[in-house]
Amino acid sequence: MSRRMKELIIIDEKTFPRVINRIAHEIMEKNPNLEDLVLIGIKKGGSLLKERIKEAIKKQESVDVITGDIDITMYRDDIFKIGFQPKVETTEIPCSLDNKNVVLIDDVLYTGRTVRAAIDALFDFGRPKRIQLAVFIDRGHRELPIQADFVGKFLPTSKKELVVVLFKEEDGKDCVVLREKDG
Amino acid sequence: MAEKIKWVHKDFISLDNLSKEEILYVLDVASSFEEVLKRDVKKVPTLRGKSVLTLFYEPSTRTRTSFEMAAKILSADTINVSVSTSSVSKGETLLDTVKNIEAMSVDVVIIRHNCSGVPEFLAKKTKASIVNAGDGRHEHPTQALLDMLTIKSFKNTLQGLKIAIVGDILHSRVARSNLIGLKKLGNEVRFVGPATFIPKYFKELGAEVYYNLEEGIYNADVVMVLRLQKERMGAGFYPSEREYARFFSINKKTMNYAKKDAIFMHPGPVNRGLEITSDVLNDKRCVVLNQVTKGVAVRMAVLYLLLTGGKGEN
Amino acid sequence: MKIKLNNMTLVTSSGLFKKHLLIENGIVKRVSDKPILSRFVDVTIDDKDLLVFPGFFDMHVHLREPGYEYREDIESGMRAAVNGGITGIACMANTNPVNDNAAITHFIKCRSEQTGLPVSVYPVSAITKGLKGEQIVEMGDLKTAGAVAFSDDGFPVENSEILRRALEYAKSFDMPIICHSEEKSLSKDGQINEGVISTKLGLKGIPRESEIIGIFRDITLAKLTKSRIHIAHVSTKEGVDLIRKAKRAGIAVSCETCPHYFHLTEEDVLGYNTFAKVNPPLRTYEDVLAIREGLRDGTIDVIASDHAPHHIDEKDLEFEKANFGMIGLETLLPLTLELVRQGVIDFKDLAEKLSRKPRMILGIKPAVIKEGEEANLTIVDPHYEWVLTKENICSKSFNTPFLGKTMKGKAVYIIKGGQFFEINK
Repeated sequence: MSRRMKELIIIDEKTFPRVINRIAHEIMEKNPNLEDLVLIGIKKGGSLLKERIKEAIKKQESVDVITGDIDITMYRDDIFKIGFQPKVETTEIPCSLDNKNVVLIDDVLYTGRTVRAAIDALFDFGRPKRIQLAVFIDRGHRELPIQADFVGKFLPTSKKELVVVLFKEEDGKDCVVLREKDG
Repeated sequence: MAEKIKWVHKDFISLDNLSKEEILYVLDVASSFEEVLKRDVKKVPTLRGKSVLTLFYEPSTRTRTSFEMAAKILSADTINVSVSTSSVSKGETLLDTVKNIEAMSVDVVIIRHNCSGVPEFLAKKTKASIVNAGDGRHEHPTQALLDMLTIKSFKNTLQGLKIAIVGDILHSRVARSNLIGLKKLGNEVRFVGPATFIPKYFKELGAEVYYNLEEGIYNADVVMVLRLQKERMGAGFYPSEREYARFFSINKKTMNYAKKDAIFMHPGPVNRGLEITSDVLNDKRCVVLNQVTKGVAVRMAVLYLLLTGGKGEN
Repeated sequence: MKIKLNNMTLVTSSGLFKKHLLIENGIVKRVSDKPILSRFVDVTIDDKDLLVFPGFFDMHVHLREPGYEYREDIESGMRAAVNGGITGIACMANTNPVNDNAAITHFIKCRSEQTGLPVSVYPVSAITKGLKGEQIVEMGDLKTAGAVAFSDDGFPVENSEILRRALEYAKSFDMPIICHSEEKSLSKDGQINEGVISTKLGLKGIPRESEIIGIFRDITLAKLTKSRIHIAHVSTKEGVDLIRKAKRAGIAVSCETCPHYFHLTEEDVLGYNTFAKVNPPLRTYEDVLAIREGLRDGTIDVIASDHAPHHIDEKDLEFEKANFGMIGLETLLPLTLELVRQGVIDFKDLAEKLSRKPRMILGIKPAVIKEGEEANLTIVDPHYEWVLTKENICSKSFNTPFLGKTMKGKAVYIIKGGQFFEINK
């Protein structure tokens, strides 16, 4: 049981769904033709977010947008350098991505490497017309020239901190917290 | 989904030194890789820059192609060497081969050899990861994993099943690997065939032994049929093909000793009419041909785990 | 040369005695109950922890010369013997050319004498020409040339009629035949003991019945011909039982076993360890217990090493291609001492099985420690611990599964043939 230092709530339970709604509306605004739209969650954090955004769109427009999930383990640029071995999860893309407007969804945008790997993976499923990026939190410290089109909140952080997006289904409640890294 | 575990093995030589959790984990990873094989673009960059050498002392198009495909789909580079009997008779020893491997700086060596223990021998002598593609009468671990993956896809479980393996158990490394793996996962494994093909010591290793086909496959969920090698007749293991077929062949009639929804498997190639008949092969309960994709997926999982694993480090 | 040995314990087949010895010019001058006080001696050793034995004799050694000198030769084998405290060895005939004629027997004897080492070498000649199992050798001629027994060791004499004739013929010269007992049709192509381990490793097994049937046949023929046989390297429980029964029935059979059969089992092959590949193969724990019991109750007369050197290139191979055999001259003593420590046999038995019995069976003058007799002694430090490494092995080869293991007990001096030999530690 590690000793957690400070845990700061950045987005609480009340604010959480409002941010989701705003992102969903922005996506709909920039992508008026919902038939061409494909929401792809980057496993695992982005998948749950994707489900919430899909629900929000459905509530608003009564349309079931096509969604999928992508596991980027096979595309990581650091697979031989990290000390651990990531678990390969399954990628599920229900259709060809040719000519589609893809919105990649992830919970936290940090160095940008995960998104780079996801884009590489997407290209193995077709040639999208356009790829946009939606993230719940952009915490800065980019190492690649990547930026999000839709952002829930910009949060300046230090490298010693950890940003965690928690979901009701898995963690008991919806919120975003900032923690100090142990050790 | 299986529990994620830390992969610590440098080599993939036998199912004997894997735990139940490790076996389930490999199968799980293999399932994830199966999805890649369904895509239009069957290629991922995971093992880019890594090199894989297939070193086959025994001919085998099927297994070698499967490993080659697995490596290529993961973007690794492959080198194939078929060691002919002539270079062996010219005096090239296994140690010479090891030196060549070191010189090539390959990351993985996939070896098939007719002497038991060769993969273990190589593993001790080189830093490269060794994958056993079949050694003598010892093991053929990737084949057994592929069999398990096939069973799982049809039976939805790998626990509590009754699996009968019929035929020349004595000379079958596939039978041994399957016995080890399936028993570890909690299944009943039966060896069925004439006594000359089933040494009594297998009972101590966990198999139930039957010398009668009907009793052996009665109520089985899975029946695996092994290929009969014709040279064994000359050596006195069975008197004639006629006798073997009469008492141990899986045909339309004997099929029904097993459960109604049993599946029938055969690692190939098949002696039609001898250990198994054409009407069984054409029956929908026979899953011989479904195994190719799963074979590639299993081998992709093995290569992925060996090359990205901790190799015993932190 | 005058040598004074005070306060040591003398060990023979009859018992342990606190005696003090004076050796002069290769003869035991005095065996005294009081310490020897003479001052004008060349060597004095005063050590109550040391044991004095009549020189050890290893009756089953492969010296490999002529023909396989890259594995061992007569001189290096003798050095290994000295390192093991062994003052006499009987060497087998499976050289190249085979020792089936007086010329080779004579060569071996001469070559061994040339080395100047304190070991006497006694050749065992073949039973059949070329070890082919077809035609018996000129036994009379070979005896004259110095052969002490006949054996086709390495191979059994497969044809029973031929073995019968050989036994009868050898009887007329009062020579023993050493039997390598094996039913080859059962053991053909086998690699290790047939059992759970061979099944697990996917190696063809050598069934125990191959040795059992072999021993039974050899004993039965010995009974028929009323000749003396000595069963080599006994490894099975049933084999020991057969010999026990035969002895009770008055059949002239003696036998030997080797340290690996009372210390190791088939499990030592796990990992495909070719250094543990030997014929007869390492068996099960039940066999180890039976061998130990056979040693304890006297059924097994002799402990010999079956020293079988092989070059590393002949062992560092696919398991089925590796040669059978392990070296053993240098570990015979410490491994037998281990049995004494474990209470299976006592020191008297060790003197019996490593010194008196082997010479007796081969008709060689016994090594005795008695006033007026030729001095032929091995002095042992039973407490000395050392690790068996490639560097401290004197044999040319190092194929032994005991490599790297700690040994307890070592021969420290040999006194023989007028020489005083200090063994390097």
